[in-house]
Amino acid sequence: MNAVRIQREDFDIGAELDVLAGGRNDVGAVVTFTGHVRGDANLTALTLEHYPGMTEREIASHVHEAEQRWPLTGVTIIHRIGRLEPGARIVLVATASSHRQAAFAAAEFLMDYLKTRAPFWKEEERGGSKSWVAAKDTDEDAVQRWR
Amino acid sequence: MTLLYFAWVRQKVGTSEEQIDLPAGVVTVGDLIAHLKSRGGGYADAFADPARLRVAVDQEHVSFDAPVDSADEVAFFPPVTGG
Repeated sequence: MNAVRIQREDFDIGAELDVLAGGRNDVGAVVTFTGHVRGDANLTALTLEHYPGMTEREIASHVHEAEQRWPLTGVTIIHRIGRLEPGARIVLVATASSHRQAAFAAAEFLMDYLKTRAPFWKEEERGGSKSWVAAKDTDEDAVQRWR
Repeated sequence: MTLLYFAWVRQKVGTSEEQIDLPAGVVTVGDLIAHLKSRGGGYADAFADPARLRVAVDQEHVSFDAPVDSADEVAFFPPVTGG
Protein backbone atom coordinates (compact mmCIF):
# COMPACT_ATOMS: atom_id res chain seq x y z
CA MET A 1 0.00 0.00 0.00
CA ASN A 2 1.30 3.44 -0.87
CA ALA A 3 0.84 6.66 1.07
CA VAL A 4 1.96 10.16 0.09
CA ARG A 5 1.29 13.01 2.51
CA ILE A 6 2.29 16.66 2.72
CA GLN A 7 1.67 17.95 6.24
CA ARG A 8 2.66 20.50 8.86
CA GLU A 9 2.66 18.03 11.75
CA ASP A 10 5.51 15.75 12.75
CA PHE A 11 5.21 12.03 12.00
CA ASP A 12 5.68 8.85 14.03
CA ILE A 13 8.05 6.57 12.11
CA GLY A 14 7.07 3.45 14.05
CA ALA A 15 3.39 3.98 13.40
CA GLU A 16 4.05 4.61 9.70
CA LEU A 17 6.07 1.39 9.37
CA ASP A 18 3.31 -0.57 11.11
CA VAL A 19 0.93 0.64 8.41
CA LEU A 20 3.43 0.02 5.59
CA ALA A 21 4.40 -3.52 6.52
CA GLY A 22 1.96 -4.64 9.20
CA GLY A 23 -0.51 -7.45 8.67
CA ARG A 24 1.27 -9.01 5.70
CA ASN A 25 3.83 -11.77 5.35
CA ASP A 26 5.36 -10.97 1.96
CA VAL A 27 7.52 -8.09 3.27
CA GLY A 28 11.10 -9.09 3.88
CA ALA A 29 12.71 -5.65 4.02
CA VAL A 30 11.75 -2.11 4.98
CA VAL A 31 14.19 0.73 4.32
CA THR A 32 13.54 4.15 5.82
CA PHE A 33 15.19 7.48 5.16
CA THR A 34 14.42 10.36 7.51
CA GLY A 35 15.65 13.86 6.71
CA HIS A 36 16.20 16.29 9.59
CA VAL A 37 16.85 20.04 9.75
CA ARG A 38 20.61 20.36 10.18
CA GLY A 39 21.41 23.25 12.48
CA ASP A 40 24.65 24.39 10.90
CA ALA A 41 26.05 27.95 10.70
CA ASN A 42 23.63 29.53 13.18
CA LEU A 43 20.51 28.33 11.41
CA THR A 44 17.46 29.42 13.38
CA ALA A 45 14.82 27.67 11.26
CA LEU A 46 13.76 26.57 7.78
CA THR A 47 10.39 27.38 6.29
CA LEU A 48 9.18 25.02 3.58
CA GLU A 49 6.80 26.15 0.86
CA HIS A 50 5.26 23.84 -1.76
CA TYR A 51 3.01 23.80 -4.81
CA PRO A 52 -0.18 22.08 -3.63
CA GLY A 53 -1.48 19.62 -6.19
CA MET A 54 1.66 19.43 -8.31
CA THR A 55 3.70 18.17 -5.35
CA GLU A 56 1.39 15.20 -4.81
CA ARG A 57 1.23 14.47 -8.56
CA GLU A 58 4.98 14.66 -8.98
CA ILE A 59 5.68 12.36 -6.02
CA ALA A 60 2.97 9.90 -7.10
CA SER A 61 4.52 9.66 -10.58
CA HIS A 62 7.94 8.87 -9.06
CA VAL A 63 6.41 6.25 -6.79
CA HIS A 64 4.80 4.74 -9.89
CA GLU A 65 8.15 4.75 -11.69
CA ALA A 66 9.84 3.09 -8.68
CA GLU A 67 7.19 0.38 -8.79
CA GLN A 68 7.99 -0.26 -12.47
CA ARG A 69 11.69 -0.62 -11.66
CA TRP A 70 11.61 -2.69 -8.47
CA PRO A 71 9.24 -5.24 -6.93
CA LEU A 72 7.89 -3.15 -4.05
CA THR A 73 5.11 -4.08 -1.65
CA GLY A 74 4.57 -0.50 -0.51
CA VAL A 75 5.93 3.04 -0.25
CA THR A 76 5.28 5.76 2.34
CA ILE A 77 6.41 9.32 1.68
CA ILE A 78 5.71 12.13 4.12
CA HIS A 79 7.07 15.64 3.57
CA ARG A 80 6.54 18.40 6.10
CA ILE A 81 5.91 22.06 5.24
CA GLY A 82 5.92 25.23 7.33
CA ARG A 83 8.52 26.46 9.81
CA LEU A 84 10.89 23.81 11.19
CA GLU A 85 13.68 24.28 13.71
CA PRO A 86 17.04 22.45 13.80
CA GLY A 87 16.63 18.82 14.75
CA ALA A 88 13.08 18.58 13.42
CA ARG A 89 12.18 15.80 10.99
CA ILE A 90 11.41 17.09 7.48
CA VAL A 91 10.89 14.04 5.31
CA LEU A 92 10.26 10.31 5.52
CA VAL A 93 10.75 7.90 2.64
CA ALA A 94 9.99 4.27 3.53
CA THR A 95 10.06 1.45 1.00
CA ALA A 96 8.99 -2.14 1.57
CA SER A 97 9.83 -5.16 -0.55
CA SER A 98 10.34 -8.89 -0.29
CA HIS A 99 14.09 -8.32 -0.59
CA ARG A 100 16.42 -5.64 0.68
CA GLN A 101 18.11 -4.68 -2.62
CA ALA A 102 14.85 -3.39 -4.08
CA ALA A 103 13.95 -1.53 -0.89
CA PHE A 104 17.36 0.17 -0.64
CA ALA A 105 17.49 1.14 -4.32
CA ALA A 106 13.91 2.43 -4.42
CA ALA A 107 14.42 4.57 -1.30
CA GLU A 108 17.50 6.19 -2.81
CA PHE A 109 15.77 6.70 -6.17
CA LEU A 110 12.76 8.32 -4.50
CA MET A 111 14.89 10.65 -2.36
CA ASP A 112 16.95 11.74 -5.38
CA TYR A 113 13.75 12.57 -7.29
CA LEU A 114 12.14 14.23 -4.29
CA LYS A 115 15.10 16.60 -3.91
CA THR A 116 15.28 17.60 -7.58
CA ARG A 117 11.73 17.38 -8.98
CA ALA A 118 9.13 17.73 -6.20
CA PRO A 119 8.12 21.41 -5.96
CA PHE A 120 9.28 22.37 -2.46
CA TRP A 121 11.39 25.39 -1.55
CA LYS A 122 13.32 26.07 1.65
CA GLU A 123 13.84 29.52 3.12
CA GLU A 124 16.49 29.78 5.82
CA GLU A 125 16.43 32.04 8.86
CA ARG A 126 19.77 32.95 10.37
CA GLY A 127 19.53 35.48 13.17
CA GLY A 128 17.13 38.08 11.81
CA SER A 129 17.73 37.54 8.10
CA LYS A 130 16.04 35.19 5.64
CA SER A 131 17.29 33.74 2.37
CA TRP A 132 16.13 31.11 -0.12
CA VAL A 133 18.22 27.95 -0.30
CA ALA A 134 19.89 27.45 -3.70
CA ALA A 135 19.60 24.12 -5.50
CA LYS A 136 22.75 22.00 -5.46
CA ASP A 137 24.43 20.59 -8.57
CA THR A 138 25.30 17.46 -6.57
CA ASP A 139 21.58 16.74 -6.14
CA GLU A 140 21.03 17.08 -9.90
CA ASP A 141 24.04 14.79 -10.53
CA ALA A 142 22.54 12.23 -8.14
CA VAL A 143 19.26 12.06 -10.05
CA GLN A 144 20.97 11.79 -13.44
CA ARG A 145 22.41 8.34 -12.61
CA TRP A 146 18.88 6.88 -12.69
CA ARG A 147 18.35 7.92 -16.31
CA MET B 1 -5.35 31.40 -17.34
CA THR B 2 -4.00 31.20 -13.81
CA LEU B 3 -0.39 32.19 -13.13
CA LEU B 4 1.25 30.95 -9.93
CA TYR B 5 4.49 32.16 -8.36
CA PHE B 6 6.52 30.46 -5.66
CA ALA B 7 9.45 31.26 -3.33
CA TRP B 8 11.50 34.33 -4.38
CA VAL B 9 9.58 34.66 -7.65
CA ARG B 10 6.41 35.18 -5.56
CA GLN B 11 8.18 37.74 -3.37
CA LYS B 12 9.53 39.72 -6.33
CA VAL B 13 6.25 39.90 -8.27
CA GLY B 14 4.35 40.58 -5.04
CA THR B 15 1.57 38.00 -5.43
CA SER B 16 1.20 34.23 -5.34
CA GLU B 17 -1.54 33.96 -7.96
CA GLU B 18 -3.24 35.99 -10.68
CA GLN B 19 -5.54 35.53 -13.66
CA ILE B 20 -4.51 36.79 -17.09
CA ASP B 21 -5.82 36.78 -20.62
CA LEU B 22 -2.96 35.69 -22.83
CA PRO B 23 -1.97 38.49 -25.23
CA ALA B 24 -1.92 37.68 -28.95
CA GLY B 25 1.43 36.30 -30.03
CA VAL B 26 2.21 34.60 -26.71
CA VAL B 27 2.51 30.92 -27.63
CA THR B 28 5.36 29.43 -25.60
CA VAL B 29 6.65 29.64 -22.04
CA GLY B 30 9.49 31.81 -23.38
CA ASP B 31 6.97 34.23 -24.92
CA LEU B 32 5.09 34.42 -21.63
CA ILE B 33 8.30 35.15 -19.71
CA ALA B 34 9.11 37.98 -22.14
CA HIS B 35 5.58 39.37 -21.75
CA LEU B 36 5.71 39.28 -17.93
CA LYS B 37 9.18 40.85 -17.90
CA SER B 38 7.83 43.72 -20.02
CA ARG B 39 5.42 44.66 -17.23
CA GLY B 40 8.40 46.21 -15.40
CA GLY B 41 8.79 46.68 -11.64
CA GLY B 42 8.89 43.46 -9.65
CA TYR B 43 8.11 41.46 -12.78
CA ALA B 44 11.17 42.80 -14.59
CA ASP B 45 13.22 41.83 -11.54
CA ALA B 46 11.71 38.34 -11.18
CA PHE B 47 12.03 37.52 -14.89
CA ALA B 48 15.34 39.33 -15.51
CA ASP B 49 17.33 36.09 -15.76
CA PRO B 50 15.14 33.27 -17.10
CA ALA B 51 18.00 30.76 -16.55
CA ARG B 52 17.24 31.02 -12.82
CA LEU B 53 13.60 30.03 -13.35
CA ARG B 54 11.77 26.74 -13.69
CA VAL B 55 8.28 26.40 -15.14
CA ALA B 56 5.35 24.04 -14.84
CA VAL B 57 2.42 24.01 -17.25
CA ASP B 58 -0.69 22.37 -15.82
CA GLN B 59 1.47 20.96 -13.01
CA GLU B 60 4.08 19.30 -15.24
CA HIS B 61 7.71 20.44 -15.47
CA VAL B 62 8.33 21.86 -18.96
CA SER B 63 11.05 23.65 -20.92
CA PHE B 64 10.81 27.21 -22.21
CA ASP B 65 9.77 26.11 -25.70
CA ALA B 66 6.65 24.35 -24.38
CA PRO B 67 3.29 25.78 -25.52
CA VAL B 68 1.17 27.75 -23.05
CA ASP B 69 -1.63 28.90 -25.36
CA SER B 70 -4.04 26.17 -24.26
CA ALA B 71 -2.85 25.86 -20.63
CA ASP B 72 -5.08 26.43 -17.58
CA GLU B 73 -2.27 26.98 -15.08
CA VAL B 74 1.33 28.12 -15.48
CA ALA B 75 3.69 28.27 -12.48
CA PHE B 76 7.07 30.01 -12.18
CA PHE B 77 9.56 29.12 -9.45
CA PRO B 78 13.24 28.68 -8.64
CA PRO B 79 14.91 25.25 -8.87
CA VAL B 80 13.35 23.10 -6.15
CA THR B 81 15.04 22.51 -2.78
CA GLY B 82 12.92 20.01 -0.86
CA GLY B 83 13.90 16.77 0.84
